[in-house]
Amino acid sequence: MTQKNRLQGGLIDRGQSYTFRFDGKKMTGHAGDTLASALLANGVRLMGRSFKYHRPRGPLTAGSEEPNAIVELREGARQEPNTRATTAELFDGLVAKSQNRWPSLAFDALSVNDRLSSFFAAGFYYKTFMWPAAFWEKLYEPMIRRAAGLGSLSLQNDPDSYDKGFLHCDLLITGAGPSGLAAALTAGESGLQVILADEDFVIGGRLNAETFSLGDSLGSDWAAQTVARLRSMPNVRVMPRTTVLGAFDHGIYGAVERVSDHLAVPEADKPRQILWRIYSKRSLLTAGALERPIAFENNDRPGIMLASAMRAYANRWAATPAQRVAIFTNNDDGHRTAADLHAKGVKIAAVIDTRPGQPISIDYEILHGEIIDTAGRLGLRRITVRLASGETREIECGALGVSGGWNPNVSLTCHQRSRPAWDENIAAFIPGGDLPSGMTVAGAARGVFSTHGALTDGAEAAARIAADLGQTATKPELPKAEDAPIQITPFWHVKDAKRAWVDQQNDVTAKDVKLAHQENFVSVEHLKRYTTLGMATDQGKTSNMAGLAIMAEIAGKSIPEVGTTMYRPPYTPAAMGVLAGRSRGKDFRPVRKTPSHVWAEEQGAVFVEVGNWLRAQWFPRKGETTWRESVDREVLQTRKSVGICDVTTLGKIDVQGTDAAAFLNRIYCNGFAKLAVGRTRYGLMLREDGIAMDDGTAARLADDHFVVTTTTANAVSVYRHMEFVRQCLFPDMDVQLISTTEAWAQFSVAGPNARKLLQKVVDAEFDISNEGFPFMACGEITVCGGLRARLFRISFSGELAYEIAVPTRYGDALIRRLMREGQEFDVVAYGTEALGVMRIEKGHAAGNELNGTTTALNLGMGRMVSQAKDSIGTVLSRREGLNDADALKLVGFKPVDPSKKVPAGAHLMTIGDPVNAAHDQGYVTSACYSPNLGHHIAIGYLKSGDQRLGEVVRLISPLTGFDHEVEVVSAHFVDPEGERLRA
Amino acid sequence: MHDLIALTPLGAHKPRSDHHGGVSLIEITDVALASVAARLGREADAAALVAKITGIEAPAAARASDCAFWMGPDQWMIEASFETQEDLAQQLAAQVNGAASVTEQTDAWCRFDLKGDRLADVFERLCNADLKRFTGGEAVRTAIEHLGCFLICRSPGHVSVIGPRSSAGSLHHALLTAMKSAL
Repeated sequence: MTQKNRLQGGLIDRGQSYTFRFDGKKMTGHAGDTLASALLANGVRLMGRSFKYHRPRGPLTAGSEEPNAIVELREGARQEPNTRATTAELFDGLVAKSQNRWPSLAFDALSVNDRLSSFFAAGFYYKTFMWPAAFWEKLYEPMIRRAAGLGSLSLQNDPDSYDKGFLHCDLLITGAGPSGLAAALTAGESGLQVILADEDFVIGGRLNAETFSLGDSLGSDWAAQTVARLRSMPNVRVMPRTTVLGAFDHGIYGAVERVSDHLAVPEADKPRQILWRIYSKRSLLTAGALERPIAFENNDRPGIMLASAMRAYANRWAATPAQRVAIFTNNDDGHRTAADLHAKGVKIAAVIDTRPGQPISIDYEILHGEIIDTAGRLGLRRITVRLASGETREIECGALGVSGGWNPNVSLTCHQRSRPAWDENIAAFIPGGDLPSGMTVAGAARGVFSTHGALTDGAEAAARIAADLGQTATKPELPKAEDAPIQITPFWHVKDAKRAWVDQQNDVTAKDVKLAHQENFVSVEHLKRYTTLGMATDQGKTSNMAGLAIMAEIAGKSIPEVGTTMYRPPYTPAAMGVLAGRSRGKDFRPVRKTPSHVWAEEQGAVFVEVGNWLRAQWFPRKGETTWRESVDREVLQTRKSVGICDVTTLGKIDVQGTDAAAFLNRIYCNGFAKLAVGRTRYGLMLREDGIAMDDGTAARLADDHFVVTTTTANAVSVYRHMEFVRQCLFPDMDVQLISTTEAWAQFSVAGPNARKLLQKVVDAEFDISNEGFPFMACGEITVCGGLRARLFRISFSGELAYEIAVPTRYGDALIRRLMREGQEFDVVAYGTEALGVMRIEKGHAAGNELNGTTTALNLGMGRMVSQAKDSIGTVLSRREGLNDADALKLVGFKPVDPSKKVPAGAHLMTIGDPVNAAHDQGYVTSACYSPNLGHHIAIGYLKSGDQRLGEVVRLISPLTGFDHEVEVVSAHFVDPEGERLRA
Repeated sequence: MHDLIALTPLGAHKPRSDHHGGVSLIEITDVALASVAARLGREADAAALVAKITGIEAPAAARASDCAFWMGPDQWMIEASFETQEDLAQQLAAQVNGAASVTEQTDAWCRFDLKGDRLADVFERLCNADLKRFTGGEAVRTAIEHLGCFLICRSPGHVSVIGPRSSAGSLHHALLTAMKSAL
């Protein structure tokens, strides 16, 4: 295909030609083209099918507000749906496909929808597909989803990476048109740290799309020179391809920088896009204005576009949608397009102005009237004009530029719920009074439309901001520029049209707006939701205004009375990947590794994620074919001789200060004030509401020094809770907290031979005999010839057990030493599964039992809650509802038929009672196979469980069809007297 | 003298170093750390103690000296040579005289030092610390890829990242990825 609609001039680089494909057709364009401009240059006007009616559509705009020219860009895993051809930069080898059509763009089977349009009016799916009800999910919804649609996903993983980043500045300038550039110059020269962000890949905004001059230069040249000047300033960061998506609290803005979207594939290790969080002291919105269309009959044919877009294609991209074009306008700006295209050699068929008395042109015809229809199935061929005289005329043209006036781009001003204000002079909304904190608006974004006005306004705003921030700013030398007044007579739609498109992306017509009014969806928010006006990916940038103007007209209200819907971030659609950044796949969250991780890997350990930690779950040995074999072996060998488990993950909190004991007395519900130095005590923490929060031990290393341990899961939350208590509840206590979880590698050494094994590594001067270091003792010792260590005689397994801690860097060496020295005892390493089995066998509560709904009473520790002192949660633990006579109690369960499992999560029912929630007796929290007992066991909560030992109850899991009898037993299956741990 | 062999936070016997785009990323393992937190009412004494130990005034909020940095109100981290002062916490505890609580922190953290000219370009992809304004002597707590880290600016071309030891691998990955992305 040749570039038959390529004009002379423009800002494209004709020295660099790119080949690209659209719907399989090979074409060429140039560096500096967008996909849309290259397609237009190649004579392609038809670029997509509409959402609902599958109407043929071409580009309406030349920017990010585009509703129609939406394509699937790239192929394979990089295929991205719903990409605006108007902003997609052309690169060599680009591949794009049109969307929402089958089998082809030119012949689309579902364009039959267009013929059936009377069935698909606004709200059709609320009315049409109601019967039979069962058909909705199975038939109607899938059918509608298939028919209505945007692009398709590749269903492959995104191969690109995305960064998140943080920027800081005194002043963020959003939009680099004339006012943004003038502002950046002023602020930059005053010494402020400035970020100038613009969504376009060429800085300059409309200066690149117009032909008028700034001083002695072309607008585009002045923009290029100014950017070069700004780039030379170390305090100014110019960020093209960067869309500011949202205005958030405290001067923070979100922006997406498209780093690599103009390349076929990002460079190695470089991100495709970056999501920036910009911290600004002040911000200046110079986002310009967006032209708005006029609604008239069949105003959506390919070739009909905004007049400003037509001008931009011609001036910047040297492309025209056709060689013979017409203009339809209600303001002076439309005439500029006619003049510019005429100058480029494009034939102007006519300019139709809705206003009377327009000056006559010698170059082309200027008519007073309105367009009442258009023709051309896949592209505009002809327009029908009703002249003011009443006469109608048909005019042949391949494209039509439409100008209904300009809307200041106020979106970002409204992200903090500000509402824009109506300005009668320009018939448009301008920023309201209550802007996001620190924000100023300048230039066309606040309705100052002339180039001279924009330059001056931007410079003055920046100077005020600089002064406000304590800098002196001098207004830079600004070039002389056009300063045309705004001449507009509001004209929103041609009356009596059958199908005049208001929202082209969501296929909403002027008639749909009328229907909404007729059905009493009058509020602008209801109008939006009923008709879907403005709800497409373009967020109604070209349609909302016309929609509410038509509503105002029908409702007999003024436009400001109707008001606007809420503007929300993101300003333009953002890829999901950029919101995720690097947090995806295996990098979703950081991994925490235990000190014995390297060693455990060597042993072939199977790891389990516990929060972010990777813990060894079991250590399979040769010949073991199931996990149960490994776990059973680890349990049996530990109970028989000795086993070692890495318990570093348990939280460790260093508590010091003269009030450390008094502080813990408040934190724990049981007493700690009198705990002797060198002793450890089990402690239970309650939440303020009396529910159990966490349990663990506190070891008193000195009068003013404790080490508190927490469960792995609650390490952070308990530390946070304790800091809250320290800082906010008891600021007068002398207590200091710091986490030492990661500072110490801690191993449980459990089993009848635990002491013998430890005696081989603990230095001889420390007596760890039962007398010298009894159950619940603790102390600072040395191991392996002088390494500082801590020893705690505590037991989770119920065996004679210790926990030994050394500085983390030596953890790997210590477990290797223990395993080596333990060979004579056939020592085993055990993982979290065996740990779990042994604690269930012993009846020790863990996370499953401390589940946020249970109290000390439920746990069988009601008497631990000291009534002799005040501690957090004590008072509310006395609440009546928490102390019912038939309260849940922690008990054990064993299956009546020993071959049956006892699944955790199953519920308990009294035999003979109906099975329903009203008769629920409790539930099983933890279950396992006990290799010591030879059958499954469980612990859980049963109403009055402590008084029902020996009773047989039903254990039911309706979800899995489980229904068997279990006997209620003591939760302590192994060594109920606790003789082993004291041995 | 014990005979246990230490592992680095990255799980090796030798600290790791990487270089990319003019920036070096070096794992530091030869520094002992101990926290010093003032006892209630003894804040001035604790600051004086830090000054005595380090030979320079205790760092103010968000500041670091050559061998100490501010961690929070009336709380500092002392840095010393691991080789000569592995027992730093014990040494300090012997001197506090009830003015402060001392806790060994050496192995609670991993540390990666970045050295080079374009560190600000790297850190703007990692955290919200405004490195462009750092001139040396700043100490901030910040989150890097969900990890709470200390950022100590030794000089504009030298920044230490001190992060949770168990996540050293993830932190190192994040730092190296950012270097490759930004440089």
